[in-house]
Amino acid sequence: MTSPSGKAPARPSGKTPARETASRPAGALIYRQSVWTRVTHFIWAIALFFMVTSGLQIFNAHPILYFGRQSGFGDKHYLGPQAGHGNAQFNNTVLDIHAAKRGDGTVGVTEIFGHAFDTTGFLGKSGPANDPTYQAFPQWATIPSYYDLGTGRVVHFFFAWILVATWFVWLVASLVNGHLWRDIVPGPRDLRRLPRDVLDHLRLRLPHGRSYNVLQKLSYAFILIVVIPGMILTGLTMSPGMDSTWPWLLELFGGRQTARLLHFCGLLTIVAFFVVHIVMVVLAGPINELRSMITGWYRGRPETAGEA
Amino acid sequence: MGKLILSRRRLLAQVGAGAALLTLGGCDAFDRMLDPDSGVRRFLTKANVLTDTAQRALQGPAPMAREYPASAIRESQRPNGSTDPQSDDYRAAEADDFAAYRLAVTGLVDKPLSLSLAELRAMPSRTQITRHDCVEGWSCIAQWTGVQLSRVLDEARVKPAARYVVFHCYDAMEQTLQGPAFYYESVDLVGARHPQTILAYGLNGEPLPVANGAPLRVRIEQQLGYKMAKYIRSVELVDSFGRIAGGHGGYWEDRGYDWYAGS
Repeated sequence: MTSPSGKAPARPSGKTPARETASRPAGALIYRQSVWTRVTHFIWAIALFFMVTSGLQIFNAHPILYFGRQSGFGDKHYLGPQAGHGNAQFNNTVLDIHAAKRGDGTVGVTEIFGHAFDTTGFLGKSGPANDPTYQAFPQWATIPSYYDLGTGRVVHFFFAWILVATWFVWLVASLVNGHLWRDIVPGPRDLRRLPRDVLDHLRLRLPHGRSYNVLQKLSYAFILIVVIPGMILTGLTMSPGMDSTWPWLLELFGGRQTARLLHFCGLLTIVAFFVVHIVMVVLAGPINELRSMITGWYRGRPETAGEA
Repeated sequence: MGKLILSRRRLLAQVGAGAALLTLGGCDAFDRMLDPDSGVRRFLTKANVLTDTAQRALQGPAPMAREYPASAIRESQRPNGSTDPQSDDYRAAEADDFAAYRLAVTGLVDKPLSLSLAELRAMPSRTQITRHDCVEGWSCIAQWTGVQLSRVLDEARVKPAARYVVFHCYDAMEQTLQGPAFYYESVDLVGARHPQTILAYGLNGEPLPVANGAPLRVRIEQQLGYKMAKYIRSVELVDSFGRIAGGHGGYWEDRGYDWYAGS
């Protein structure tokens, strides 16, 4: 049960704790997570919490997403002195969250490619019935809770720097200690096991070895190597200063508004990953999983520990 | 050991309960921490200095914003913020089609100027088709025509002590106890002297409409829309904007937005 990294510190206890042997057959303790993985894991968790909540605050300032280099407002955007001066032919809206009048009251509406859904209570209109809030994402999901774009940006950019720094630290550490190629990037052997692994997951038969199974590898690799760098780059593409500095950003993503759309899709991906991640941790045994992410030590099941 | 595991479990349970409470209570748990004068807020705001410094280091002296072909103009420029200033002097100037309008160039200059629209139009002009990016998130491509701010600054002969250009505007954003809070903005001399930084009097081949800032607005193409003051009354060269209005260099900056609006 030596760790492949060869750098496992001493086990937390010299012998298997009696209490656990009594309750169930104990697998071997495996040193699973290096200190770099553990520390960056919790920094990601904190930074992403603030990035998502402040990101939704920023989104609420203009809760409409477009495809392309600019916003095709169609005929609906002009209020006040230029009302009616829009171009009905130019509408590249993908998503539009707003409140609308219906009958005597108002409803929250989410429009995707022109198809409207009533999302009252969550999107467009939320909060108590006698004192509703008319904003795209509800108050419980944004920082600050009330509408304040300036503060949302302060929080977002602060944690963006934390996230960028953490990503670089994680990347360098994972290249140096072998974590990236050994545990994250799936190899051909992993991919051959993919169908079996999908079936195992569907039956909730989750492998518990030192190494990740292929679905884990694919999702961690996707988030860490595709989504996080993609979020950083699409974020930079929304900056007019960076577009002047690196015009290739606009080519890469097909324009500022497409970059904003992709940035939002990345947010949905991260939230979906978070939900699945927490569900899997709970299914796999939250105490054991949390222990391995705090101390590094993980108790494998006897029948699978040998896979490590 | 058993005892240790128990206390660890208790710790985990407490962390879990705390996280659950936070989720139930929502994100308003952080509202007070983010008040403008809180220490946490001031600390977080320091990241903007990092953003500003990093962007400028990457940019070099004059990064050019993309200029688009005429076919990219698909709609009229979306107006935002003030669209119809109500002050008496502005209304009078507008009624007169800005014939009596004078742009004052003041402050740390050797030769203060007072320029009519005709004089500004007689100076060499620059026309550019660029993308306007609002801090809210939307973008709109339009053609802007005006005189490069650097030409006006050269004519006024900026003193070496000057560090910022401040734009004072006609539009009052709100009434305060000290009177109306007029829009204002500021940019450093690197941004002010950028070849794409113009005092625009034309939009999409027409005179600049009132909704978009007539008679004169500034275009600073490396930054967000709130930097590009409309309804400009005067341009003042200063060594510091600390004594103007809220002291943060702009109407929105005084209300918590970054002074460097490049991101």
